Amino acid sequence: MNENMRKELERFATRIRIETMKEFKELGFGHVGGAMSIVETLAVLYGAVMKVDPSSPRWEDRDWLVVSKGHAGPAVYATLALKGFFPMEELMTLNKPGTNLPSHCDRNKTPGIDMTTGSLGQGVSTAIGVALGNRLDKRDSYVYLIIGDGECDEGQVWEGALYAAHQKLDNLIAFVDDNKKQLDGYTKDVNDLGDIADKFRSFGWHAVRVDGADVEQIYNAIMAAKEVKGKPSVIVLDTVKGKGCSFAENAHSNHHMVVSPEQADMVIEELERKVVEL
Amino acid sequence: MNAILAAENIKEETAMRDAYCQTLMELAKENSNIVVLDADLMSSMGMVPFWKAYPERTFNVGIQEANMMGIAAGLSATGKVPFAHSFGPFATRRCFDQIFMSCAYAKLNVRIIGSDPGVTAAYNGGTHMPFEDMGIMRNIPNVTILEPVDSVMLKDLIKQTAGMYGIFYIRLLRKNAVKVYEEGSTFEIGKAVKLKDGKDVTIIATGILVDEAIKAAKKLEEQGIIARLLNMFTLKPIDKEAIIAAAKETGAIVTAENHNIINGLGSAVAEVLSENCPVPLERVGVQDVFGEVGPENYLRERFGLTADNIVNKVHKVLQRK
Repeated sequence: MNENMRKELERFATRIRIETMKEFKELGFGHVGGAMSIVETLAVLYGAVMKVDPSSPRWEDRDWLVVSKGHAGPAVYATLALKGFFPMEELMTLNKPGTNLPSHCDRNKTPGIDMTTGSLGQGVSTAIGVALGNRLDKRDSYVYLIIGDGECDEGQVWEGALYAAHQKLDNLIAFVDDNKKQLDGYTKDVNDLGDIADKFRSFGWHAVRVDGADVEQIYNAIMAAKEVKGKPSVIVLDTVKGKGCSFAENAHSNHHMVVSPEQADMVIEELERKVVEL
Repeated sequence: MNAILAAENIKEETAMRDAYCQTLMELAKENSNIVVLDADLMSSMGMVPFWKAYPERTFNVGIQEANMMGIAAGLSATGKVPFAHSFGPFATRRCFDQIFMSCAYAKLNVRIIGSDPGVTAAYNGGTHMPFEDMGIMRNIPNVTILEPVDSVMLKDLIKQTAGMYGIFYIRLLRKNAVKVYEEGSTFEIGKAVKLKDGKDVTIIATGILVDEAIKAAKKLEEQGIIARLLNMFTLKPIDKEAIIAAAKETGAIVTAENHNIINGLGSAVAEVLSENCPVPLERVGVQDVFGEVGPENYLRERFGLTADNIVNKVHKVLQRK
């Protein structure tokens, strides 16, 4: 990756983070932690990898993204709005009556959202279904899937892991957002996940671990995954819950939190300075 | 709808599961989007011929009902027309949340087949005996619930749902059904079939209780009681018009189902009656208890799913008229 591309993706990530924070500021609360930790991944996917058409969100030959950790919706919405899937002003409607942007991703409400998620574990299976359907129709497209680390407590994740490998689904590339925390605390304290990459590897997946805040590492891991044939791939993202928002990063409990206008403004100002520096 | 009644109600030669497989094979030949999913019960469901004919369109996920429902939802998002089967309890209660969110809430397009309804689970016993499956599915908005009574109806309904969009729960006997309709009959989803007209009472039946209701109506006729007989094969959306007409014209109703009377046919009919035309109602069905193991005939007696019990309930409801 050349310097220009890296900077461009970092700028895109920072903009996603700013717009996400504006959504939370408007609402006054939200799933800050898990939205912020996947921002770099969203920036790489929509900025450099995915084949999508904002004017035709249901284009048959597109790449798909299933955000199984549906509570990261606000970060995905910011990304989609910045890409032009819908007007930026809509971001201010998050969770308001009649909105097209609910807390959790809804394929029938938001242009660009490919699958309805929210009840954890289920996006893994629906992503597999989409990948199987695309393969049957010989479409040259990928299904990307974002799973939370806490979400890996769900048995359905491992049902899917087993079957995706059995089906040799090399058009499925998953990410696990290993931000080390779930609602009630650290994953190691609630229900220790052990080595997530090793677990997927033992299920027959190609598995790597990268710095989830480093756009270049994420990009390179995706490109390498595309070269892997005959098995699905998982990229375990070493991330920080609440990344880029100091008040959230520093809070012990940051899955869902109150966001004061002052806290939001401080983060937004800091991030806007970063965009300029980049 | 053009339902032609069979001259004789005798056991069919073809098992329901074989009729199911044959119908899907026919559909798959014409429609390349038809896909079949199962959770390690392909053989039990008689679906091996389909599996052999269309291996690339068969997804046997192993014993993963929750995963299967999500995969079915995902396949349908790409334009596929999935039929996903497991035994009734595992096709519903085991994966309710997946059916609810990944399939129904997401407004996708999945046909769920739950086999071995109620006491027909017989030797698999109470753990496998769904008295709750239709009740579970009734809770989900916009789901269509069908219980084909014989192979003629089964074929017609399977073909119809293949061309429709939404979430369908099809409650399916695997064994040989008692013939109720002649070959070539067609049915309208959401419309009850009037098997016999009558003025004194209406018996509304579904599934294996239809045959019992036919026998009951004959016995009643010998006693001078002329019963109307409806086959309510669509539990949801229920045929309100037929229920209201029956209430107005016959003044008393008995429901009969191989399911818990709570949240099954009995509940659905009671809801329509109480809101529109309250008349005395008696409900033949499982009285809110768990299933148990045993031969099917024993279980039918054990849970009162018999013509004699329908006759008794008719007498009881007529006293309340």
